[in-house]
Amino acid sequence: MTGTTIRSELHLPRYLREDDAHRTPVAFEGYRSTGLRAPLRAPVDLPHRLTEVTGPLLGEGRVTAADADLTRQHDGEPQGQRIIVHGRVLDSGGKPVPHTLVEVWQANAGGRYRHVVDNWPSPLDPNFTGLGRTLTDGEGRYEFTTIRPGAYPWGNHDNAWRPAHIHFSLFGTAFTQRLVTQMYFPDDPLFFQDPIFNAIPEAARPLAISRFDYERTVPNWALAFEWDIVLRGKDQTPFETEDDGDIA
Amino acid sequence: MAQLRTTPSATIGPFLAIGLTWDDGPYVVAPDAPDAIWLRGTVFDGNGDVVPDAMVETWQADPDGGFDHPDDPRGAAAFPGFRGFGRAYTVDGGQYAICTLKPGRVPDGEGGLQAPHVDVSVFARGILDRVVTRIYFADEAEANAEDVVLRSLPDDAARRTLIARPTDDGYRLDIHLQGDRETVFFAV
Repeated sequence: MTGTTIRSELHLPRYLREDDAHRTPVAFEGYRSTGLRAPLRAPVDLPHRLTEVTGPLLGEGRVTAADADLTRQHDGEPQGQRIIVHGRVLDSGGKPVPHTLVEVWQANAGGRYRHVVDNWPSPLDPNFTGLGRTLTDGEGRYEFTTIRPGAYPWGNHDNAWRPAHIHFSLFGTAFTQRLVTQMYFPDDPLFFQDPIFNAIPEAARPLAISRFDYERTVPNWALAFEWDIVLRGKDQTPFETEDDGDIA
Repeated sequence: MAQLRTTPSATIGPFLAIGLTWDDGPYVVAPDAPDAIWLRGTVFDGNGDVVPDAMVETWQADPDGGFDHPDDPRGAAAFPGFRGFGRAYTVDGGQYAICTLKPGRVPDGEGGLQAPHVDVSVFARGILDRVVTRIYFADEAEANAEDVVLRSLPDDAARRTLIARPTDDGYRLDIHLQGDRETVFFAV
């Protein structure tokens, strides 16, 4: 991994940057809408200064305990397979990220989003919105109760289907750590034709797939999946030159 | 200690409005706060068409140049009523609008001061990882001329893509994801 910093009299942390072989590129040829939207020029390196090593510490007052259960936001229960999705939010040094906001959104069991733009012929579920929020606990753990989302078709290519996924948004504690991503389910037969999944370099794809977690299933109630999320961590090695540090 | 690989990013997709558009998202401060300004602009794609499904997030210092954050070695500085963070959704004709206070100058870590600036993340369908830019202010010419980040850019044309112009109620800066006027984006 590499990171960039400056010789600073402020002694700021430096956040490591994942190498290209393990990082999703901003554009991907097979994903059509990147064509006019992903910037074409190489980004300019921005060494981490005060604005980059700080960030919003949101949460208290923004979530209630009920926000973590997507099956209890309406009068009745949603259709579909009830599941628990849980895991830890860590940094790349293995340190838990406590009390950080985790936001999720997803399609219903039939693969339909409650959104005006989504109008494919699969019914909305009056008992499912598809929005959840929680804060990690003191050890960086999070847990949602929801239903397993369905796959859905989209117009990217002929007979294109998105594999089932849950969208995640995380802040960590610094602007550099911000992450928006998608969690997939194990052994999805639709992976092979999905450009959003395949845009992830092959070596990093397993990190986007949750693990079926029999230990955490609840008898007569819910299946369970475990997914740890790793945000960029601080470089722990003292640096000695004013140049960009390339570290192993 | 062994490093863990970071979780790969993915596009925010077209349906972010289910989960990520907070009612108070655009309000870094309340609109009736003294000295509140609106940062506005339109997000354009490579055809010059507006991008009506992007999320624009901002993070910035308070008017005194402080951050309410434990990793600021100068000490965490609370500024009452000020969140530092803004989140806007461009559903209204590709426009973002953030109600905030103009940031103060912040040390650059090299003995100088950065010009007032706002860090910006843009997320959208068709972008697989967030893209990062900064907003600077046209009426801070002297500070801008001293700013290490602006000075690191190749030319004035590049710098201009980051400099917001004063308006009736604040400042305006359009974001061009591609094209002749492609905004300067940063690798953080």
